[in-house]
Amino acid sequence: MIVGLSGDEAVAYGVKQADVDIVAAYPITPQTIIVEKFSEFYDNGEVDTEFVPVESEHSALSACVGASAAGARAFTATASQGLALMHEIVYIASGLRLPIVMAVVNRALSAPINIHGDHSDMMAERDSGWIQIFVEDAQEAYDATLQSFRIAEDLNVQLPVMYGLDGFTISHTLQRVEMFEDLKALDFVGRRELAKVRIFDKLVDYALDPENPLSLGPLSLPDYYFEHKRQQEEAIYRSSETIKKINEEFGEISGRYYGNGLIELYRIEDADLSIICMGSTAGTTKEVIDRLRADGKKVGLIKVRTFRPFPKDDILKGIRGLKGVAVLDRSGSYGGIGGPLFGDVRNAINDLKGEKPLILNYIYGLGGRDITMEMIKGIYDDLESEEKHDLVSYVGLRS
Amino acid sequence: MNIKEAARKEELLESGHRLCAGCSESIIVRQVFMALRGPTIVTEATGCLEVATTIDPYTSWKLPWIHSAFENAAATATGIDVAFRVFKRKGRSKYEQVDVLAFGGDGATYDIGFQALSGAIERGDDFLYVLYDNEAYMNTGIQRSGGTPRGASTTTTPPGKAIPGKPQYKKPIDLIIAAHGDCYVATASPAYWKDLIEKARKGIEKDGPGFLHAISPCPRGWRYDMQSTIELARLAVETCYFPLWEYDGEYKLTGRSARIADKPELKKPLEDFIKPQGRFRHLFRPENKEVLDALQDDVDSYWERLLQLVSCVK
Repeated sequence: MIVGLSGDEAVAYGVKQADVDIVAAYPITPQTIIVEKFSEFYDNGEVDTEFVPVESEHSALSACVGASAAGARAFTATASQGLALMHEIVYIASGLRLPIVMAVVNRALSAPINIHGDHSDMMAERDSGWIQIFVEDAQEAYDATLQSFRIAEDLNVQLPVMYGLDGFTISHTLQRVEMFEDLKALDFVGRRELAKVRIFDKLVDYALDPENPLSLGPLSLPDYYFEHKRQQEEAIYRSSETIKKINEEFGEISGRYYGNGLIELYRIEDADLSIICMGSTAGTTKEVIDRLRADGKKVGLIKVRTFRPFPKDDILKGIRGLKGVAVLDRSGSYGGIGGPLFGDVRNAINDLKGEKPLILNYIYGLGGRDITMEMIKGIYDDLESEEKHDLVSYVGLRS
Repeated sequence: MNIKEAARKEELLESGHRLCAGCSESIIVRQVFMALRGPTIVTEATGCLEVATTIDPYTSWKLPWIHSAFENAAATATGIDVAFRVFKRKGRSKYEQVDVLAFGGDGATYDIGFQALSGAIERGDDFLYVLYDNEAYMNTGIQRSGGTPRGASTTTTPPGKAIPGKPQYKKPIDLIIAAHGDCYVATASPAYWKDLIEKARKGIEKDGPGFLHAISPCPRGWRYDMQSTIELARLAVETCYFPLWEYDGEYKLTGRSARIADKPELKKPLEDFIKPQGRFRHLFRPENKEVLDALQDDVDSYWERLLQLVSCVK
């Protein structure tokens, strides 16, 4: 079924089809359409979900924690300040190993207040232990919604997933979206299966169940805390394989593959220069690449889809043989060395055998500042030039 | 329920936890547990009760239990309640009914978790919230909260030369919760166990939110001898410092407080309650008489207000 949907609507339809038990959410621009659309489904009796209109994002995620711990499939959506307000519970959700799914409609953080798209909100949760996916368009927003439940609930993973769609650029733009029939979507997502934990000699559901009382979220002191956190880290590394597997499975039924699930390579095989970026800018970059290729320029793209787990080895495979790499960051890491994506890529390149490419950072699009095809072409030109480069440059910034 | 039946109930808070000797929290929890009607799940705000009963890998809780954060016990309760409602509707629940209890201290309830609690009550979510009120942040070392009474000494309201203890009154949290409307609200004292159990049961049976506010004497924070916990819990009621009442659409005094309302001569002087407590010791110095009087005024005006609310419905 092909429909015209905004990114937010695509998310709402995905959630509707995933037979979620509880949606707890609080409105914030530019996420509101998700909540509004879902409220329509709810009030028209089209979903078998409880919609909980909470009094804050903090309570939205807290309610998801309670419900998910009870064994429910739980979803929430937020943006910017809302995610910042959730911050405390973001860590608790992953620490408790609860497979909650959250759509983040990426928006700049205050101050100054701004409602437009950048990645600073999700980057502030970079180390929270959530799987983090950035999508390119409304279609991928829909697809990632369905995939995220599978990834989060996989028994080898059991971690929450947040996926980001650029505020307004994706959330509010009407695009062509191919949707599954309801049953096919549900068949792909399946039902949530509970993980088992060993209590003495008995395997019981990891859930709040009066028959098998567990204490979740106890005080854990220096003698146990470290091991819990290490297990959590192992789980997020393990999730790479799950994400790849689910990407394949999804591709088989939809015809849509997102690279290997972790990264997508675009015309990189014989490229000399590549951009590495995330989100909607990857779409614009592909368009620029097609035009530059027509002029004989050997340019390509590495689209990072999962920022966490960070696909180091896959990125290195893409980078191997390149002469120059431009890492685009849509958020800053103030006082650090360039943006957060740059930091990870540059760190990874240390493991590259042989000659290393020139690697530069371009900060762009903060607070929704437009990134045009001309600007992206300018980045390739800059990378190619023989002039001395700044390690970090600012694209589209007025001087 | 009589005392024999109560004594035969299975203990659901296992001994061996690390609450202080003389702490009233475990007494309150065990009394609430005597009121349970079936499968129950507990959620708890961060606080003494949580840290002292669940030191990984041990737990005292023989009911399913979850602690998430300080300010979100009510929102967590919402999630659990909603989840079991959905399971039942979808035919996936093993249980006809699952009751949800939330425990929070005064810091978690008067202060940091107030918004989440108010939101959950406004939404009509079905849980019983039990506030164990020891009148300060005892877990972090006795700092003042919105539930700390006027004049009390805490580590953030030490009786200094310029400011003799907490300058503000104790926030009337239960009246504020009752103002939400469709919510069962009650105060209770572990000294009056039957009253507490009956009220907990009503809160559990209420199809919607319930709020049970229990006074929770704390030997460390209030600075009294640990064997006096129940005596102080009784004196709090007998002096009208902490009257027993309930609200379910209308206000009603219960137990000892109802009798004091009928026979005011039964009321004991406030001094009987505060004199044994080190946190009020400085109030008995002549220069602090004004504060002592103001505390008495707080207690009197709260009691008067209650009498008015009760008489409104008569």
